Amino acid sequence: MTTATAVEKREGKVRPEPTRGGRIYSPNVDILENREELLLLADVPGARPEDINIQYENGELTIHARVDSRTEVGEAQFLACEYGVGDFHRSFQLGESIDNSKIHAKVKDGVLTVHLPKTEAVKPRKIAVKTA
Amino acid sequence: MLLSRMVPTGFNDLRREMDRLFQDWMPGDGNFFRPSVFPAVNVWESGDTLYAEAEIPGVTMEDIEVSVVGDELSIKGTRKPMPEGDYTFHRQERGTGEFCRFVTLPMPVNAEKVEAVLKDGVLSITLPKAEEAKPKKINVRTS
Repeated sequence: MTTATAVEKREGKVRPEPTRGGRIYSPNVDILENREELLLLADVPGARPEDINIQYENGELTIHARVDSRTEVGEAQFLACEYGVGDFHRSFQLGESIDNSKIHAKVKDGVLTVHLPKTEAVKPRKIAVKTA
Repeated sequence: MLLSRMVPTGFNDLRREMDRLFQDWMPGDGNFFRPSVFPAVNVWESGDTLYAEAEIPGVTMEDIEVSVVGDELSIKGTRKPMPEGDYTFHRQERGTGEFCRFVTLPMPVNAEKVEAVLKDGVLSITLPKAEEAKPKKINVRTS
C-alpha cells in the first residue's frame, strides 16, 4: 500500500503553468492495482487522443488534456450552466517502481486509461517449493 | 453515487480538504460541495435552436437513451463498472451504475427534429424550437 499513500500526499499540490487562458479542471480518477501493474482511469470528456499529454518523470505522472470550448462565443445564451469546459490536469506521485518504458495509454469515449506496469523487481514472485 | 465536477482546480484542493474533514461525521459520502446530480447539463440557445450538452465519459451509444416529451428532455443511461481483472482500488472517484436526468426546457421543441450526438464522452443534443415558440416578426403596415 506504499503507492497509495504516496499518491495521497502529492496529489493536487502540483500546479500547472498555464500557457493559455481558460479554466483547468481536475479529472475524477480511479486508481487500481494488481500484481502486474497500476491502472489509472480518468474522466476527460471532450478530449481527443492528440490533445492528451502524459508524462512520467522522477516517479511523477502528469496528465494534461486540452479541451477547447464547444460553444460558439457571442451567439449562445446560456439557460443552464451546471459545469464548465476546460483543460484537465492532474499529477500523481507513483514512486520508482514503474517500468517507464512500458507505460501505455488509450482514450475511448472520454475515458483515459493508463497502464503503468511494475518493474520486475517489485512484482510479487511465487516461489515453487520442491520436494527434496 | 455518480459525481460530477463543477469547480476549477484551485477550489478543488480546498474542497478535497473540506471533504476529508467532514467525511468522518457526515452522513453519506460527505461530499456536500459536489452536485449530487449526474450528468450535469448545460443548456443554451442560439437563434431558433436550443442546445443541451452533458459530459458522460465511459458511456457508449448502446447504453444511452435520450427522449423528448413536450418540453421535457430526459437522458437515461448506464455507466458500466470496472474492467475485469483482479484489481484492488486505491482510489475511486468515478461512479458507475444507472443514471436518469430530466431537464425542463424553457420552451416547447420540435421533437421530430431533435438530434443527439455522442462523441468523446460528450453528449450534444440539438433541439429546434417548436414553430409556436419561435419569435415572429409582425409587419406593421401603414393604414
